[in-house]
Amino acid sequence: MREKELEKLKDYKYGFSTDIENFKAPKGLNEDVIKFISNIKKEPKWLLDWRLKAYNRVKVLKEPNWQKPKYPKIDYQDLYYYSAPKSFKEKPKSLDELDPKLIETYNKLGIPLNEQKRLNGIAVDAVFDSVSVATTFKDTLTEKGIIFCSISEAIQKYPDLVKKYLGSVIPITDHYFATLNSAVFTDGSFVYIPPGVRCPMELSTYFRINASDTGQFERTLIIADKGSYVSYLEGCTAPMRDENQLHAANVELIALDNAEIKYSTVQNWYPGDKDGKGGIYNFVTKRGLCKGKNSKISWTQVETGSAITWKYPSCILQGDNSVGEFYSIAITNNHQKADTGTKMIHLGKNTKSKIISKGISAGFSDMTYRGLVDISPKSENSSNYTQCDSLLMGNKCGAHTIPYIKNKNANSNIAHEATTSKISDEQLHYCQQRGLNSEEAVSLIVNGFCKEVLQQLPMEFAVEAQKLVGISLEGSVG
Amino acid sequence: MENFKTDFEKTLKEGNLSEKEVAFKSLNAKEFSKQGFPNRKDEDWKFSDINQIIKKEIGELNFYSEQLKKGEIDKDILLNEIEHNKLIFVNGQLAQTDFSSEEKSKIEFLDNQNNIDEQLADNSLINLNNALSNKSYKLLVKKNYQIKNPLIIYHVSNNKVTSQNINLKIRFELEENSSLKVIDLVKDKGNKNFINIFYNFSLEKNSVLKNYKIDQFENNNIRYMFNNIKQSSNSVSETFYLSKGSTFSKNEIMCDLKGEYSSAFVNGIFSLDKDKHHEIKAKINHLVENTKSYQLVKSVLEDKSRSVYQGKIYVDSKAQKTDGYQLSKAILVDETTEFNAKPELEIYADDVKCSHGSASGSLDENSIFYLMSRGLSYKEARELLINGFLVEVINQITDEPIKKLIKNLYGLKNEY
Repeated sequence: MREKELEKLKDYKYGFSTDIENFKAPKGLNEDVIKFISNIKKEPKWLLDWRLKAYNRVKVLKEPNWQKPKYPKIDYQDLYYYSAPKSFKEKPKSLDELDPKLIETYNKLGIPLNEQKRLNGIAVDAVFDSVSVATTFKDTLTEKGIIFCSISEAIQKYPDLVKKYLGSVIPITDHYFATLNSAVFTDGSFVYIPPGVRCPMELSTYFRINASDTGQFERTLIIADKGSYVSYLEGCTAPMRDENQLHAANVELIALDNAEIKYSTVQNWYPGDKDGKGGIYNFVTKRGLCKGKNSKISWTQVETGSAITWKYPSCILQGDNSVGEFYSIAITNNHQKADTGTKMIHLGKNTKSKIISKGISAGFSDMTYRGLVDISPKSENSSNYTQCDSLLMGNKCGAHTIPYIKNKNANSNIAHEATTSKISDEQLHYCQQRGLNSEEAVSLIVNGFCKEVLQQLPMEFAVEAQKLVGISLEGSVG
Repeated sequence: MENFKTDFEKTLKEGNLSEKEVAFKSLNAKEFSKQGFPNRKDEDWKFSDINQIIKKEIGELNFYSEQLKKGEIDKDILLNEIEHNKLIFVNGQLAQTDFSSEEKSKIEFLDNQNNIDEQLADNSLINLNNALSNKSYKLLVKKNYQIKNPLIIYHVSNNKVTSQNINLKIRFELEENSSLKVIDLVKDKGNKNFINIFYNFSLEKNSVLKNYKIDQFENNNIRYMFNNIKQSSNSVSETFYLSKGSTFSKNEIMCDLKGEYSSAFVNGIFSLDKDKHHEIKAKINHLVENTKSYQLVKSVLEDKSRSVYQGKIYVDSKAQKTDGYQLSKAILVDETTEFNAKPELEIYADDVKCSHGSASGSLDENSIFYLMSRGLSYKEARELLINGFLVEVINQITDEPIKKLIKNLYGLKNEY
């Protein structure tokens, strides 16, 4: 039995599960569960009301079904909406009080929570199932006035900031999954960078789903005040389980005048086994609002995991001269499916956006780029450049491009390019002639294909992502 | 929809139809009653809600059309620049045929075909067409025959029409090694009609089809044209749209490349002003190996007009070595205009070369400056740039006399 488990882990090394006693809300989605979550987090009344309002809308909303990857109906009553390690009933005050099993889990994942083993100066907020377990480097950040903590903590300590910005980019009147998240979100990260501060280190959240039958609904809120800068990283893994698990997070970014937010994701949720059994449904809503003048939001994502990835990190370019960027690599193998892309909504004058999307599909998988560029009539002198390239490996997989382009302003320009091709025999031959085996050759060529996006990632992540790109495609050639 | 039911029953009674035809028509009528006109909820109609447009421009439609007596045809609608065969449809009813310059045994035009398709279409406008168009027409080009002169199909409407909905359906069959050139010329004198035209083309081995659709003259009708093309090996289809005159127009083309080495070319020009709203939707299905498709669509938009281009290249997993290309470009001349595009790729084979590009923006100020510094007025410079932009599409036309004719009709000097 154990050997079999180990064999499985070879393919997905984060597939282990931690045996830890959990404390869960009763199964099912109803008002009581929402009250339970709100109560256990000692939330103020306005937030509970807000959650219930969202829940009332969820009841009447229908799940969208226009996406390419179809999935079996999710029974929302058969999920746990809150799951926390039992030791968290009273939140531990410091790392010393933290359950050693948890620390071990994160060590295994390569995320040391212990600050002595500092991770090249990256501050980490670790989220385990429904709760944030630890946030590192708090002192260094507090000195600069930066707030980096779990959103539950922020609700207690900085209610004004949370109240002002929560739901201002993804309102509770949004689509089904976003609204569901508003109703039942459990934890996530909160970042506030005060005016004029350049955050001295990378901030990072590490998401881990452990418990079975659990949906993970976290909410991240990042506010960059005037003239500030922050770079934020997000990583995710989950154990291997035969059933599909739902992950429906909301991420809201707000950039005020002259502020810049850089948001990078390396998504490596469990993708299911070779026959497409199990895996995470990654239905995430990510949206950034360039609220102020000269603000900038840049999304970078490397999507290699999940059974189904369905997300569109978007930018609303409201402030004049604001800039939105989207860099994406999506890799699907075996039976994975992805429908991902971005939306660039130009509202302000002189706004600019850039989209670089690289999709690679292998095995029996299906990859779709779906994007919207919308330049409104008042958005003078705006421009967009979009490039989406797809690479196919084998003829059992699919690669699709569905861009929506709307230009309503005569002084604005939109340029869009897309290509689909395969790795040419000449390229492979050239590499193999120089002593690489076929897998190394493919990995090299694919990394070259992705280079434009990988360059955008912070150093440590880029190395990791490069490896991941190679691993995800293992066994797809020859 | 009340109108539709009563009008449909009236039409059914008058037509001299076989039992099978009645059944087919009723089935289509039922389907149309159920679906109604497409609206924004339909992915294919996301950018142009024909339901709303009909309501706004025409109001409640009247579907019943009386059989009209064949009257004299105004000579002024005919084109004299080019020698041609004629099919003249007045208000959707056949008024004149003329194939005198062709060999009689090689080309056949039949006007009493059973109007029955094998499958029920999942397009409510085609359902409407099937329910209301009476006998369908069929043009057959026999083996090894190359048509000598182009065929011009005149689509004429006048104010004698009793319905506000004109439906027409023609089937074209091109046997092996044959060729056909068709020009669809819109000549409307009627006002505020919804015109619904459905063509089926079947191209056998080595056949060549050239279809030019010309909607040049100002009219305030709402137009929907659907070309369904099925191609066998080595066949070529070339479709060109000049989309200009109607208040609303949507041209849809669906092309199945079913034989190896078959190819499809779709080119189009939108030249719009005065609140007009035109759309081209092209879907090319590459179903076997070694097929090729090419699409080029350009828009020049002025004065509150809108154009939409929805192009899709579908590549089946069997269709290795596919070459597919799409390019759409638009010049937005003033602030009130809008250009929407959805250039889609859906690909299931790996050894393919598929790409698309789309660009939209204003007239290039630097180019205008360059021309003006060489003595042209602003107006002349603008015209030169726009014409140069559009003529690239017209130059894709492979038939020289027709290219000249279209340039003429559009008002371009020959030196372009």
